[in-house]
Formats: sequence, C-alpha cells, structure tokens
Amino acid sequence: MSVWRTARLVAAKDLRIERRSRVVTNQVLPFAGLVMVLFAFVLDSDAVLLRVAPGLIWLAAVFGLLVVVQRSFAVETADGALDALRVAGVDPAGVFLGKSFALATMLAVLELVLGALAIVLYGAETSPAGVVLFVTTLLPATCALAFIGTLYGGLAAGVKGRETLLPLLMFPVVAPVLIGATRATEAALDTSGVATSEGWPWVALLAVVAALFGVGGTLAFGSLVEE
Amino acid sequence: MTEVQPPAEPIVDLVDVVAVLGRFPALAGANLTVQPGEIVLLRGPNGAGKTTLLRLCAGLVPVTRGRAVVAGCDLTLDRAAVRCKVGLLGHASGLYGDLTVRENVQFWGATVGATADEVTASLERLGLAGRLADVAVQRLSAGQRRRTALACLVARRARLWLLDEPHAGLDAQGRDDLDATLRAAVGMGATVVVASHELERAGSLATRVVDVVAGQVHPVPGGSSPGSAAASGAGEPS
Repeated sequence: MSVWRTARLVAAKDLRIERRSRVVTNQVLPFAGLVMVLFAFVLDSDAVLLRVAPGLIWLAAVFGLLVVVQRSFAVETADGALDALRVAGVDPAGVFLGKSFALATMLAVLELVLGALAIVLYGAETSPAGVVLFVTTLLPATCALAFIGTLYGGLAAGVKGRETLLPLLMFPVVAPVLIGATRATEAALDTSGVATSEGWPWVALLAVVAALFGVGGTLAFGSLVEE
Repeated sequence: MTEVQPPAEPIVDLVDVVAVLGRFPALAGANLTVQPGEIVLLRGPNGAGKTTLLRLCAGLVPVTRGRAVVAGCDLTLDRAAVRCKVGLLGHASGLYGDLTVRENVQFWGATVGATADEVTASLERLGLAGRLADVAVQRLSAGQRRRTALACLVARRARLWLLDEPHAGLDAQGRDDLDATLRAAVGMGATVVVASHELERAGSLATRVVDVVAGQVHPVPGGSSPGSAAASGAGEPS
C-alpha cells in the first residue's frame, strides 16, 4: 500500500473518530476560547489586549494543539492500535502524514475560531491585504504545528507519564512557529504599527519550519514508534 | 508413477533463538517449527516467554541470536517484512472504540486492499453482520470485541494468526464461537499459534501442544494430535 493511500486512510479514520466523539468541537474549542476570555480579564486594558492579541491567538492555538495531540494518540494507545498498525506492516510514513493531516484540519478550524474571537473580544481590525496575509500564515503555521505535534505525540505515546512529558518536549520546539506566526499575525492585524508587507518573510520562515518537520517527521516517525 | 510432493515449507522455523529484553533473556535458545495448517498451543507458566515468542514471530521483538524464519521472511535480516503476513491478537484488541464494528474491519482490511465484499464476508464469518456491525466498538462486550478483532485478522488476510490468551474474558458461547472461527481460519489456509492458560479448551482445539519453559520450547509427548493435549496432562497448569 502506497504512503499516500495509507495517509488518506489514517486521516479519514482520525477525522471520522473526531466527528463521532466531537472532542475538538465540545472540549478543545471551548477550552481555547476560555483561554482567550481569561486573557481578556487578566490584561484588562484594551490597548494592551490589542497589542498582544496575535500572540494570544497562537498561544491558545498551541494549548489547543496539546490537547488534540494527546487525544489523537490516546485513541491509538487505548486498545493497542498503534502496536496493531506496526504488526499490520502499515507504512509509518503514511501514518505520520495521515495523522498530521487530520491534526492540521482540526487545528485550522481552531485557529479560524480564535482569529474571529480576537476580532470580537479584543477589537482587532484588519485590511483585505491583512486577511490574505493571515489566511496565508495559517497554512504553513498549521502544517508546522501539526507535524511537530504528530512527531512528538508519537515519541511520547509509548512512554510512562506521557501527558506531562509531551508539553515539556513539544513547547520548546514550537517556539519558532509561535514567534513566526505571531509576527506575521501582528502585521496582518496591524496591532504593532508594522506594515502588512513585513509579515511575508515570517510566512516564508514558517514554510521552511513546516518543510523541515514534514520531511524529518516522515523519515523519523517509523523509528520513533518502533522504539 | 506417483509424484512425491516435497514437504511444505514451515511457516515458522525458529532455531536456537535468543531474544533479550533489556538485560533479561526472554527466549533462551528456543526451537520451534510450525507447518502450514497447524493449530499449535503454547503452554507454560507466566513469564515463561510465550508472549515474547508470539511477538517475535510478529516481528515486534528483535532476534538477538539464532535463526528465525516466519512466513518466508528472515527475521534476523528484516523483521518488518513479516508484519503484513501475520496477525497478532494480544491482550489488547487494536480496535478504535469510537468506530463501529464495520468501520474497524473496513479500516484494517483496507491496509491490505480488502474489498467491500471481503469485509462483509469477514463480518459474516464472525457473526458480526447485521445490527451489531453498526454498533460502536466501545459499547461491545469483551467477547464481541474479540470477535471483531478476529474479523479484522480475516479481513487482513493474515496467513499466520498469533493469539495470546484468546479465550480470556469470553463466556461459554464466545469460546465456542472462537474455536469455530479458528478451525474455519485453518480451513481457509491460515495457521494458528495460541498461547493460553485455558489448557483443556485450547488443548482440544490444538493439533500440537508444546511447553514453553524458561524461554525454551519443549515438545509434549503425545501432544501432536487433536485432543491429545488433555490426555497428556495439558489440562493441568504447568
């Protein structure tokens, strides 16, 4: 079975499980929304909120990512399905790409909701060029987060205390994505006085990070799961 | 003139196999040959190496020393190659609780390109067609889960079934169904290796019984025909 067919099969399975269980809709979205609201309460000042809104969007997205990754691998380890995938000889590269695609889909929905919440709660405004930049930022940033999440989720899947280990492993690695996506979003939402055009180099950086983790994860996932 | 058929290639051929887990030699010079179509019962106390033996045959445990050929694949050279040819059902079922019985069988069948007809046939063979096929696995009883896992093995066209305590958690009806399924699987060309503490039941099912003791495999005298295991003391825990 080809890598792409495996990826499609695994992604369809993960998305079907999400449609049934509605974990992202009923738990992750409210959780991330709550984080945004709490930030609004804590920071209070409208001016401060508007300035830090891009960072808050991506911070809430990373918190949401953590929950989604844990759920994605809990489904695989609950009844030994990850082991069964190995025994079935399913291509680990296909499993990595499939799980990443499903994760990216769920994450994209989360980020769009968080972006809308930032506009409503924090009064962020954007131009048509800013919307294009924001939507373009979502693509590489989401892919990078999904690849990192799947890679480290797989690494932590067979380890004792994986719930606490995963954020320890993952958060330092997502830092470049968090920084790049925040800078690009600042330019898109015009919250720190930078021109929209200044956001594009950050999008390029995000694309490089996504490509690195996409290729690295595809090659390394088999060995990680095997060990 | 009658043509002499060459003996069938064994589906499992282990010679002096050593498998070290951490520092502990879980298998210490194990020898086992299984011919296609056999149902072999592995018996032995906890920690004797039965599960390791099954996992080694499934390509999950590396061979430290010795010769191990399973389903034509040399496990010392490439243990991943054997994986698409065997099915391992251990203590876990490998099922997705949120998916229905049919969706699970479809998923695992799809990993080898099984058609919709093959999926339906697998469900029917295990008595899972009808209303049960559309029930989420997390709502099933232990026996129904086990049957679903076996249906996945059928859909995956596994040539060698490696079963670890398959009777555990099943009621009398479930055990009868399982035995019938295993016999049917052999009828379809599969070979079955079972590790079980349910010696009386598994012994009556097996065509051969072997003891696994301290990481080594020993043949049981008179344990190579149906029903002989019970007669040779397989009914008693070793």
